[in-house]
Amino acid sequence: MVAVRRVRRTVLYLVLTLFAGLYLLPVYVVAVTSLKTGAAIDLAHMWALPRTFSVGSLGAAWTQLGPNFINSLYLTIPATVISSLIGAMNGYALSKWRFRGSNTIFFLILLGMFIPYQAVLIPVLRVLEAIRLDGTIPGLILVNVVYGIPITTLIFRNFYVGIPREMIEAGQMDGAGYWGIFRRIVLPLSASGFVVAGIWQFTQIWNNFLFAVAVTTPPHQPVTVAVVNIAGSQTIQWNVQMASALMASIPTLVVYILLGKYFVRGLLAGSVKG
Amino acid sequence: MKRRISWDHWSAVLVLVPSLAALGVFVYGFIVWTGYLSLTDWNSYIPNFHWAGLRNYVAVFETFRFQSDIRNLIVFTALFILGCLVLGLFLAVLIDQKIRAESLFRSIFIFPMAISFVATGVIWSWLLNPQTGVNLILRALGDTHPPQWFLSTAIVPSIPLGLIQVGIPLALVAVTLAAIWQMSGFAMAIYLAGLRAIPDEMKEAARIDGAGAWRLFWSVIFPQLKSSTVTAVIILSAASLKVFGLIYAMTGPGQDFTTDMPTLNMFQTTFQGSQFADGAAIATILFLIMAAFSIPYLITVLRREEEA
Repeated sequence: MVAVRRVRRTVLYLVLTLFAGLYLLPVYVVAVTSLKTGAAIDLAHMWALPRTFSVGSLGAAWTQLGPNFINSLYLTIPATVISSLIGAMNGYALSKWRFRGSNTIFFLILLGMFIPYQAVLIPVLRVLEAIRLDGTIPGLILVNVVYGIPITTLIFRNFYVGIPREMIEAGQMDGAGYWGIFRRIVLPLSASGFVVAGIWQFTQIWNNFLFAVAVTTPPHQPVTVAVVNIAGSQTIQWNVQMASALMASIPTLVVYILLGKYFVRGLLAGSVKG
Repeated sequence: MKRRISWDHWSAVLVLVPSLAALGVFVYGFIVWTGYLSLTDWNSYIPNFHWAGLRNYVAVFETFRFQSDIRNLIVFTALFILGCLVLGLFLAVLIDQKIRAESLFRSIFIFPMAISFVATGVIWSWLLNPQTGVNLILRALGDTHPPQWFLSTAIVPSIPLGLIQVGIPLALVAVTLAAIWQMSGFAMAIYLAGLRAIPDEMKEAARIDGAGAWRLFWSVIFPQLKSSTVTAVIILSAASLKVFGLIYAMTGPGQDFTTDMPTLNMFQTTFQGSQFADGAAIATILFLIMAAFSIPYLITVLRREEEA
């Protein structure tokens, strides 16, 4: 029995390792390609390790998309902070102060998460033009904040459901009102809620392409648009294309590696379960 | 005391007003606006709100491109969801065997979700480029005619219907592989959470060695995962309907629109072709498809929660 068990465990680990290897293959290719020198860039030897290491591809990618990378930071950081704050306030209102119709309101907010954004894109651009924010990063921030409200509200509502009602009642006994309870009881408990919502929004907004390509014009385009432009260019070598895809992925990957647990919580929260 | 509580409830309502107003305009108002535009004659650069009825819908449905889109969307959705569910369930079950380095394996299977669809598209367009990447390995293994991947123009089987050939466009399979790589970790996470919610005794029973384990899994464990499956299918369907950046970066519409999608068609028709009313018609169709499956789902989930 012990022997059978050992064989089974070995097979289990072999299969898991095989699949892990398959999932990591693209990472391997991107990494070795980005580190090869110009002479070693050859489509016939894509899988070969670099003989000499060079950051030339990464440097070339950075000259192409550096400014767009900065644009993405200007876009993502404010949009993430604002939409998380709005989500916290909405989630608090919807979880701790239920009123007649609050579930209907929650439903109407949530539906905004599912819509294909093509269904609002023409009006979005018309309105941004009307308020003179078309083509700009503030315009893109506005759009990402508004369409981020459903998911951040959902994350915080589900998070605050976990705070016991007794704590709210204790606050009321002490004479605290709506905002007093939020500030003194709920907000101090919200740190991990903000981490989950913040990471989720950071990743989504950083990676967003549709709004980015529709709303912004050069030189205000974020990094995702730059990656596509570089990949579509006939004159830029494939190793630089790979390196720019890598560079555009680094911020979200770093966040994922450091705080992956919270990313997965956002992932599961986004699937609308109580 | 009583009056103050009701004032607090009013505060809750007031807090929600700005968000509701914003979404009322940006979601509901804009969808109605798009729907209205789809019924006008605005098919040039200059806005023209002359009433057109359903003419644009008829025109869109009569194009080779949109008919291809419908075929592609169905094929892509089916392959993508099936691939994600099978792979996700398989990996979740393996990870749930009380293994060492569990979090490392989990992280590896989920990390592609942290990357943008456009980065995935660029990387996979080189991995599946027939000249290099995966085909180098296949050639080394002795395959003298490796697949053309997303450059293939074949549709299998090729049944004529309307203006198009119905079947699976092989080019689309290449795109689906990249999409499954990116999103299967999501299905895995959902299934893993579902498995963890099942009482240990039931899982132990299924884990017992011998001929019964397979059957035990399908008749005891899998039915417990029904709500996980429903959730994963809904979210993956939404992702599939919205797929845009991946196609845009990896293949574009493709030869004979073999990798085109309604989302891409809408974008190019509207913003590159200035056919605003036609674009609005495609967008409205997309919205209606989404509404058909997500509204019932949301209502069910919220009801179930209210009862609990």
